Amino acid sequence: MAEAISNQQQPSELVMDCQIKELWYGSFKAVRDTHIPIRKNAITAFIGPSGCGKSTVLRCLNRMNDLVRGFRFEGHVHFRGRDIYARSIDPVAVRRYIGMVFQQPNPFATSIFNNVAFGLRLNGFKGEKAPRVEEALRRAALWDEVKDKLSKSGLSLSGGQQQRLCIARAIATEPAVLLMDEPCSALDPIATRKIEELMLELKQRYTIAIVTHNLQQALRVADRTGFLYVDTTQGGRTGYLVEFGDSKQIFEAPREKYTQEYIRGTFS
Amino acid sequence: MTSLPTPTANPLVDVNLGELERSLQRPRTLLNALLDLLVTAMTVLALIPLFSVVWMLAVRGGKKLSAAALTQLPPAPLEAGGGFGNALLGTLVIVGLATLGTVPFGILNAVYLAQAKPEDRLATGVRFAAKVLTGFPSILAGVFAYGAVVLVTGGFSALAGAVALSILMLPVIVLTAEDAIRAVPARMKEAAIGMGANEAQTAWMVLLPTALPGILTGVMLAIARAAGETAPLIFTALFSNYWLASHGHLALMQPTASLAVLIYNFAGMPFDNQIELAWAAALVLVLIVLALNIAGQGLSRRLPE
Amino acid sequence: MAEAVAREPSSAQRFADAGFRRLCQIFAGATLALVVFIVLRIALSAGPAVREHGLSFLTDTIWDPNKGRYSILPEIWGTLYTSILALALGTLFGVAAAIFLAEGFLGQLVYATLKALKLHLRPVWSTLPARTEDVLRNLVELLAAFPSVVYGLWGLFVVIPTIRPLCNWLHSHMDWIPLFNTPLAGPGVLPAVIVLSIMILPTITAIGRHALVSVPAKLRMAAYGLGATRWETILGVLLPTASRGIFGGVVLAFGRALGETMALAMLVGNANQIRLSLFSPANTLAALLANNFPEAGPKQVAVLMYAALVLLFITLLVNVAGAILVQRAALRAEGGR
Repeated sequence: MAEAISNQQQPSELVMDCQIKELWYGSFKAVRDTHIPIRKNAITAFIGPSGCGKSTVLRCLNRMNDLVRGFRFEGHVHFRGRDIYARSIDPVAVRRYIGMVFQQPNPFATSIFNNVAFGLRLNGFKGEKAPRVEEALRRAALWDEVKDKLSKSGLSLSGGQQQRLCIARAIATEPAVLLMDEPCSALDPIATRKIEELMLELKQRYTIAIVTHNLQQALRVADRTGFLYVDTTQGGRTGYLVEFGDSKQIFEAPREKYTQEYIRGTFS
Repeated sequence: MTSLPTPTANPLVDVNLGELERSLQRPRTLLNALLDLLVTAMTVLALIPLFSVVWMLAVRGGKKLSAAALTQLPPAPLEAGGGFGNALLGTLVIVGLATLGTVPFGILNAVYLAQAKPEDRLATGVRFAAKVLTGFPSILAGVFAYGAVVLVTGGFSALAGAVALSILMLPVIVLTAEDAIRAVPARMKEAAIGMGANEAQTAWMVLLPTALPGILTGVMLAIARAAGETAPLIFTALFSNYWLASHGHLALMQPTASLAVLIYNFAGMPFDNQIELAWAAALVLVLIVLALNIAGQGLSRRLPE
Repeated sequence: MAEAVAREPSSAQRFADAGFRRLCQIFAGATLALVVFIVLRIALSAGPAVREHGLSFLTDTIWDPNKGRYSILPEIWGTLYTSILALALGTLFGVAAAIFLAEGFLGQLVYATLKALKLHLRPVWSTLPARTEDVLRNLVELLAAFPSVVYGLWGLFVVIPTIRPLCNWLHSHMDWIPLFNTPLAGPGVLPAVIVLSIMILPTITAIGRHALVSVPAKLRMAAYGLGATRWETILGVLLPTASRGIFGGVVLAFGRALGETMALAMLVGNANQIRLSLFSPANTLAALLANNFPEAGPKQVAVLMYAALVLLFITLLVNVAGAILVQRAALRAEGGR
């Protein structure tokens, strides 16, 4: 587990610090020994072969793993100085500040406007919703395509548009961190491109962590990248962080052997 | 092992494969055709009652159906004219009361069942109870309401009738609403939770609105069933020859007329006028039930993608 | 517009959440309690009569309010006799209709007609066979939508007059057969059975059709591939495979027949006697309750509650058995794919 800090950049402020000692689903040890810092206004990517626990680690950051039966977690995840897994912390509150965009676009069965305004209603926002909905849709690069049909169902949009709608929905409440779990894997290359451009714009304002199985995508958008791999030495399949550092370094001069093999495409 | 005999016959020429043409002279084919005919005849026969009932309703019921019939009070024996206006109102009021009591209660039941974990014993018990109630004879719902309401309040009433009907409506609403809520795609629920919605907010803001068409279908089917029931009302709401409302307020604790009980009572009377009115009332009742059924099913066909 | 909207759930929201969840749970418990309460209420009201009449209530045949003697064997007999006969008739026609629907006979007939008219290749007619099948299925389901009292009315004024000539002919010529040894004076077992079978037919047809259609296609292919005719396939392969599901539907229909009240109250004749004759009047438990409750005094109420308890027990048994059977058949069908 090697962490490289580039000499040229000033590391920006640490928004979240995720330290996983051990993570279990029932009797299955899914992840071990993974430490990932999430820096402000940067995109941090998790890459690795399937089954290495990247999505599991991402879901630790907003306590979505709580929904899985038999989930046990040893370690801590610091956000704004507090450990979000402390007993006194309400997971519902955590998710208000840390948003998530999922692999399959999942807009609600209501109008485009209501989809984006959902977070505003949820948080008891008392002001004018329309300007904020418009702003979120603009930031998600969807406004021009839907401004004339805000009352149409969110489900009537194409796949790529639906995913941008989900992004607009997530950013409408100005979350501190935006988690994206393979956001482009269900989309065609053109839609993927649009969303990657979106991510680069969004990072100026938000902090983003993304899971992707597409190495080129990680290279294109991510500032920092963590490579996870599967440990089968003890009979199970336990994921762990192999290497973490600036994306450029990971892709051009990876330090660990497994990282080198993965980048070069020996295994996917 | 003996060796196989060398074939001497050429299958394509020498062996008789039998006629390939279809012929009714062959027993298997004949049997097939006869059975085809039999099953078609039986299905037609099974459908004859449907057309007969519709015919009778339209002809005998339509004869007496008029604005007068819908707005007047029932006639006395040997009296001409009259109508079943109070019975129509009574049906609307009793079924309306039952709906008010059952729908919110049933939907919240369904929310609990849909969100419950598989090992939740209360949920398993409630689902079993609902299935038991589904096949509950309607007369026993009336028997229960008699013991629980009529004997306690000292008299027949629209309220007692509504209680009896509620028992019959409840399982339909609970089970169809649970199905409708479960049918909401899991990813929508995940999206709501990801945005920081708690359980109540997820239910109110996402699950119920999305499941609404399915829930409404269940409600309408339940109402259609309740509107047509007679047995639960015979000795709970009983009957009355007067209007339910007088001096500007509804009397819910009085014996109340209903279309179904009117049909039952009048069908047994030896007076032509009453019998004709019974047919007209039956026509109105069937139209109401059909309209609710069609509306309910039409709703579920417009479900979101 | 940079101020963040996101905030912790307010205490009002937390309270509403906990309150809502608790409310749903209480309502669910209330439903369970309701079912228990219903059974208890009926059982308790029946208590005095159970103590007074005991089990002879179920085995004697006298119903005489003046002498205070009550027993319901004729009603138990009537309930079972009419239900079983209706079940036989309903199953026969119901399964036939289920086969008719499942095999798509009507659609094929429509297609053959179109072909004869040389219209079968036109796109505008292409959905007609499928749509007529849908219409037919809906028509059968429509039979289930009519309220019971409307069937009673129809039975009184259509069925009884229609079958009376035939029944009285059978009585006058063949009264050595026990089934025909009384005349049809009006209401009786046969009119009730006919109407009852029509009422339960949709249940059998719907469940039966579903069971037949759920038979894996590969079984049908195997039969046809071996050279079986359509009916050899239906009788030899499809019906046996679907039999468990069909049987579940039959049991459910039986439960419905047992609990059916109005059509029987109006058509069965309300006579407390046990006769084999199809044309004699009889009585059922449900009809007994419907006819006697409105004018019952307190002592009679207890007796009627006892009868209600018996009816409850019988229908509960049959319905639970039917529900389990249908569920098992559904699980099997899915496992076989």
